[in-house]
Amino acid sequence: MRVALFVTCVNDTLYPDTGRAVVTLLERLGVEVDFPAAQTCCGQAQFNTGYRYETEPLVRRYARAFEGYDHIVTPSGSCVAMVRDNYPRIGEKAAAEGRGDELAEIAASVVPRTYELTEFLVDVLGVTDVGAYFPHTVTYHPTCHGLRMLGLGRRPVELLSHVKGLELRELPGADECCGFGGTFAVKNAAVSAAMGADKARHISETGASAVCTVDNSCLMHIGGTLARLGSQTRPVHLAEILASTEEHPYAPGGIR
Amino acid sequence: MSGGTYLGMPAFPEAASESTQNKQLRANLTHATHTIRDKRAKAVAELADWPQLRAAGAAIKNRTLRHLDHYLEQVEAAVEAAGGHVHWAADADEANRIVIDLVRMTGETEVVKVKSMATQEIGLNEALGEAGIRAYETDLAELIVQLGDDLPSHILVPAIHRNRSEIRDIFAKEMGNWGRPAPDGLTDRPAELADAARLHLREKFLRAKVGVSGANFMVAETGTLVVVESEGNGRMCLTLPETLISVVGIEKVVPTWQDLEVFLQLLPRSSTAERMNPYTSMWTGTTDEDGPQTFHLVLIDNGRTDTLADTVGRQALRCIRCSACLNVCPVYERAGGHAYGSPYPGPIGAILTPQLRGTQSKLDASLPYASSLCGACYEVCPVAIDIPEVLVHLRERVVQGGEVTLRGSRTTIKPAKGHAAERAAMRAARWALDHPAALRGGQRLAARTRRLHPKRLPGPGKAWTETREVPAVPAESFRDWWQRTRGKETK
Amino acid sequence: MSTREQVLGRIRRALADVPHGETPDDVPVNRDYLRMHGERSAEETAELLAENLADYRAIVHRTTTAELPGRIAALLAGRGAGRIVVPAGLPPEWLAAAEGVELVTDTAALTHRELDAVDSVVTGCAVAIAETGTIVLDASPDQGRRRITLVPDHHICVVRVPAQVVDSVAEGLERLDPARPLTWISGPSATSDIELDRVEGVHGPRTLEVVLIHE
Repeated sequence: MRVALFVTCVNDTLYPDTGRAVVTLLERLGVEVDFPAAQTCCGQAQFNTGYRYETEPLVRRYARAFEGYDHIVTPSGSCVAMVRDNYPRIGEKAAAEGRGDELAEIAASVVPRTYELTEFLVDVLGVTDVGAYFPHTVTYHPTCHGLRMLGLGRRPVELLSHVKGLELRELPGADECCGFGGTFAVKNAAVSAAMGADKARHISETGASAVCTVDNSCLMHIGGTLARLGSQTRPVHLAEILASTEEHPYAPGGIR
Repeated sequence: MSGGTYLGMPAFPEAASESTQNKQLRANLTHATHTIRDKRAKAVAELADWPQLRAAGAAIKNRTLRHLDHYLEQVEAAVEAAGGHVHWAADADEANRIVIDLVRMTGETEVVKVKSMATQEIGLNEALGEAGIRAYETDLAELIVQLGDDLPSHILVPAIHRNRSEIRDIFAKEMGNWGRPAPDGLTDRPAELADAARLHLREKFLRAKVGVSGANFMVAETGTLVVVESEGNGRMCLTLPETLISVVGIEKVVPTWQDLEVFLQLLPRSSTAERMNPYTSMWTGTTDEDGPQTFHLVLIDNGRTDTLADTVGRQALRCIRCSACLNVCPVYERAGGHAYGSPYPGPIGAILTPQLRGTQSKLDASLPYASSLCGACYEVCPVAIDIPEVLVHLRERVVQGGEVTLRGSRTTIKPAKGHAAERAAMRAARWALDHPAALRGGQRLAARTRRLHPKRLPGPGKAWTETREVPAVPAESFRDWWQRTRGKETK
Repeated sequence: MSTREQVLGRIRRALADVPHGETPDDVPVNRDYLRMHGERSAEETAELLAENLADYRAIVHRTTTAELPGRIAALLAGRGAGRIVVPAGLPPEWLAAAEGVELVTDTAALTHRELDAVDSVVTGCAVAIAETGTIVLDASPDQGRRRITLVPDHHICVVRVPAQVVDSVAEGLERLDPARPLTWISGPSATSDIELDRVEGVHGPRTLEVVLIHE
């Protein structure tokens, strides 16, 4: 089984701890994981803003970078949704525009091999107890892509429920969008901020020490809002919680 | 908000940045949308076969749209065989002219109206007003909007932005100017407000000679029109006048009588969260000595065929105007309906308006971006319109331009103005992202200078840092960590 | 070119992607949804109808054919109804026990204002749908013109059980004739226009009484 990590551009540049956590976790579970350096970005921001033609080179790059791997694992629900839902559309549109089947074939090749981290753990490895230890109160925000596009369902919560020491607090209004939405966050900053403030308030009201998601882009917005509002709740990617063990506990900055 | 027109309204982000600051509006909308959201979920959960019904609803509409010419000819023949008259209108102006002429032929100068999205869309009330014909809205929410010299902000509940005490004030102040005044000592109890509307409108119903409606469905094989409502104002307008004029979008046709078994289950539960709405009227042409003896059906295009020409955007024409997508939309909940600058607000409006009107105006070009793409709308849509898919598709049209159909003609449109800087940034980012070495160089530069990064950014970054901290740039990117610790790179 | 031809032409051009020769039936519609929801005996179906009608604030009464006239008389007396409009073909025995009331027969000559001065209306129905708590009127002789069940504030509707009761919307539609004017009624008139909360009683009859007669 050849497994590649698609760390994503956001994690690579801003949240390397998340990428390291995925590597640590997968290796602990006996999975040998590669990091093909030709990878960069899935093209989600470009595509969702309307720049489909600017996205196409990134689709090709993704396919080249991960050629030959059985599984492509990524700690980002929205990037998986981009590949799964939109790569086929990009292929279809290119074909309809008379530019051949190349992109459609790429989509057909990468879509079945691309997994969000919790899908890979639960569906491919068949584990829900990854031997993690995280002695904090945590609330889980199920991000729109994870919840509605990928249908992750109970996978993340199942994984969290087996983490030793962790107390899971239910998040009111969990299924509501946090307001990030990629370029939406700056194009419609007022609405985005209003949504973020409501999400942050719900998170703070749980009294949890940490809020976790399967996506650091939402977490960047949520964490940025929480910090500006002076909240004590820290943003943590789910992978970092699952990587933490009693021998090597992980404590993000400032967590209580 | 006043004046009865959406013309000249600012783009969505500007309008929304104001409306999100309106605490009263936010409170009204949060209360109303959350009330209906939970009820809808319960009403839908009662039916074990909801996914199958939803798929059938989408499929029936697809069948209709792919053979729309056939079904329109069929419904036209059936309505005329049953004693109705059918008129065709290519755009709003033509539809309004037809209705004005039909009213003038009756010699009347006032009409009573059933709530209708199509007549809102074409601005019928204003056109009638200019022709010296007074149109009385009879739906409670439309009445609130009309008396308040306001604009609708919701498909189902046009006055959703008003709470009970605001409604009380409008009734107390304005009813007298339009007819029977509100009772003395009117309170803000919903039952009393409804009673005030009953008394105010009864006089108008009893004397009306002309009724104007839309329709939720037209059955092609039988020529039957269907209006789904709650209050009974629809029944009043559809049965008491001598002449009935129904203005209906061409996409409202469904092939068969049997098809109603799907839509009469999907619509009430998605819309008012009821097993069935209180009143549904179905009529086929005219009936001797029962109801209007003259019936006109005005079929309107007004951008629908342009929408039909787009194979991705076409699915917006499946819409049955239930408004479930508005009620779950976090953007609608905070921005309010007026910010969408159209009778069709919310997620469906964000894909319908720019297709019906085109994306040329700044407002219409901003609508496809009025969404975080969270997908809640798609999840609740009873005819499975993939609204996020169409939003992104229309964003392409805005920034990339390309071939579209405008008023029936194939046209190549240029990318919208005002996206030049963004386009340049997207190209630069794409170049960097297609050159991992350049990406690495950028990451390292950012890491070296990270202590210098300000907490509040100027320019486009300002929109982020006004309400959010920027993430700290790490000392080392993942890529560099991997190379340093693993020593090798694959490929 | 007429607007009709113009619009139809636009539609045909817009559908250039639809293969030539495709017919409407070539577009699949899978009707694998349920024809009715759950399994019920006739009695359970009547029970469900009563429950759902009551859930939307209709007042439900159950009686027998023999006791119907007495029941109707009592309901009218209870409201102090003096003028009652009746469809021309209403079984006369239904109102045989109502004393001291003025019966106004539904005719085309009746003006809207005369109808507005009536207290109550008594009708039969075409079909009743249990799953949704709906009664449907089709303007048959025992139901009359559409307006007579609209303008008065009080409507008594008689449903024959089990003959007139069906389980589902699908079964209801099958029994109805689309050529007739149809009115589907699920509870008294209501509105959700104030804060999306349901309030009963706007323009239609504010009191709907449904009498189920078990034959």
